[in-house]
Amino acid sequence: MAKGKIVAGVLAPHPPHLVYAENPPQNEPKAECGWETLRWAYERLRSSLARIEYDVIIVQSAHWRTNSGTHFLGVPHFKGLSVDPVFPNLFRYTYDLKVDVPLAEAICQKAEAAGLATEMMRNKDYRIDYGAIVSCHMTNPSWDTPIVGISSVGSARYFNMDVLQAQMFKLGQATREAVEASGKRAVLLSSNSLSHRHFTKEPALVEDMSFEHINNHNQYLWDMKMIDLMKRGKSREMIDILTDFTEQASAETDSGALSWMMSAMNFPDYPAEVHGYGTVIGTGNAIVEWSQA
Amino acid sequence: MNPVIKGYVLPGLPHLLLTPEANPGWQKIRSAMDKVRDEIAKSEADVLMIYSTYWPSVIGHQILARPEAEWVHVDEQFHAVGSIPYKIKADRELALTYVEMAKARNLQAREINYHGFPIDTGSVVVSKIVNPDNRIPCVVVSSNVYSDRAETIVLGKAARDALLKQKKKAIAIVVTSLSNRIHDKVTAPQDDKIHSLKDQEWNQKFLEFLGEGRLEDVSQLSRQFHKEARVHKVGNFKPFWWLASVMGQNNLYAGNVMEYQPVYGSGAAVVSLTPSSKAARDLEFDENDPESFPGERNVLGGGEPAAHASLRELEADADIDVGAEIGADEPDDLEVEDDAGAGSNPR
Ligand SMILES: [Fe+2]
Repeated sequence: MAKGKIVAGVLAPHPPHLVYAENPPQNEPKAECGWETLRWAYERLRSSLARIEYDVIIVQSAHWRTNSGTHFLGVPHFKGLSVDPVFPNLFRYTYDLKVDVPLAEAICQKAEAAGLATEMMRNKDYRIDYGAIVSCHMTNPSWDTPIVGISSVGSARYFNMDVLQAQMFKLGQATREAVEASGKRAVLLSSNSLSHRHFTKEPALVEDMSFEHINNHNQYLWDMKMIDLMKRGKSREMIDILTDFTEQASAETDSGALSWMMSAMNFPDYPAEVHGYGTVIGTGNAIVEWSQA
Repeated sequence: MNPVIKGYVLPGLPHLLLTPEANPGWQKIRSAMDKVRDEIAKSEADVLMIYSTYWPSVIGHQILARPEAEWVHVDEQFHAVGSIPYKIKADRELALTYVEMAKARNLQAREINYHGFPIDTGSVVVSKIVNPDNRIPCVVVSSNVYSDRAETIVLGKAARDALLKQKKKAIAIVVTSLSNRIHDKVTAPQDDKIHSLKDQEWNQKFLEFLGEGRLEDVSQLSRQFHKEARVHKVGNFKPFWWLASVMGQNNLYAGNVMEYQPVYGSGAAVVSLTPSSKAARDLEFDENDPESFPGERNVLGGGEPAAHASLRELEADADIDVGAEIGADEPDDLEVEDDAGAGSNPR
């Protein structure tokens, strides 16, 4: 069996607004328009990934939060309705997805061997979180590729970002080793926004883009700083300042997904492809691809 | 008329519903919650008014208004403990009035009435245990991650407005743990304990006050409790602000700590508060008592700070120019209300 490989890693944020504005048949609410710069960025990502062959999408979600260690989806097939608890007016999505359980188990075992607390999620009634669904849908709307779903842990709040990152580096390494041993080609998704201070009000017509802008300039500057490091292939430097960024920009990198993905990809030293940046209800979101294909 | 006939503090982890027998402490909590179930059954309440810390919101305050919500719930973390099929009946009429009253007090609020909406674990667990046959409908309100004291006090007052307007009697329930630090690795039921001595001591201090019926003191202690005994997932520890507000902001209660035990490392308490004519403690507080929410203070943004209604009212009432007294260019130094102002909203 040929050695498996991580063929790409993607910063793939999950505002439900993006799926809402796409109007796919799976989502019940319908929009007129909205957040095009981000949706076009996802289109560019999809064309880029169309040139690569891959067998599995591995997604770590900020919205599957488990404080008692890292959990992995461990049921081969999930079907159901996902309603966003925060934006139920925008996201009521019927999903039908397949899970690569053997690969999930392999990552889980390697992570456990590395000293992390882990658990397989075997409950068939479990409802997939909207974060993972949005990132996967926007990356691959056909859902023709199985996924591995990984939870995020609360260590940034329970301890601090440094503790979280130390754990995520181990999880990243475990992911890489398991993918290599599997012989499969994997795309990783870090499902999170950058700066993450929301507005707490929304306009009557949610997709009225005259209301959409960054929450505050401080966040914008931080987002640009991070994106600049991505573009220049300085992922180590980016990870080094992630603690400050997360705190100062209330960033959703407190989920650990970006740290996990950078570690799994061995901290790329080549420029990432920034497909686009835009705000959603005040938060900063970038779609960024590190290709290793 | 006091529209709130009783208040309860109840924990919401799924172990209490699905596997209480796995740990003697969990069973004690469950038995206390069963007692609450019996008390509620004997009460004359028209509605259970619930504030759940397990239900975070971002867009203002979400209020459950689905007449009959039905689903099979699985906790995202404690999925191995089992699935929870449920049916929850909401008092939609009251929920809509609550939305209206919240808006009248300048809060952002909306009803939640969608099939499949993920009702939070805490609300599901508590309603299954204390109101198993849905004899009394409920109204559940979310806990906004950014909101702070002023906003939450106003949210409690809006709940009271709604009850008075509809002439309904309520039992007010906050679904919350005290210390909320759970075990960070899978821990066998028999090894359960409060995560740290510090958490334990803060829980006990809080319960001492609650046992004396000193709800307003507990409300005043919430910020400190948040610092000392809560994992900082949200801006502040808010349930006792809401409870004190909806119950009338006083210390006129008979408190009863029915049980207190660790559940997966967190501090789980079952407490009842019954309005009484005798004050538990005669203390006055000089913290501002906001009637409406003046909006966020825009401390991060570059725009104008939100209109500060209470400051303006103060100026009008006292016929003084507050700006001139203390420096018009330093509005954030004014402790007129306690919004920590985590961010801006120029909309
Ligand atoms: Fe998110």
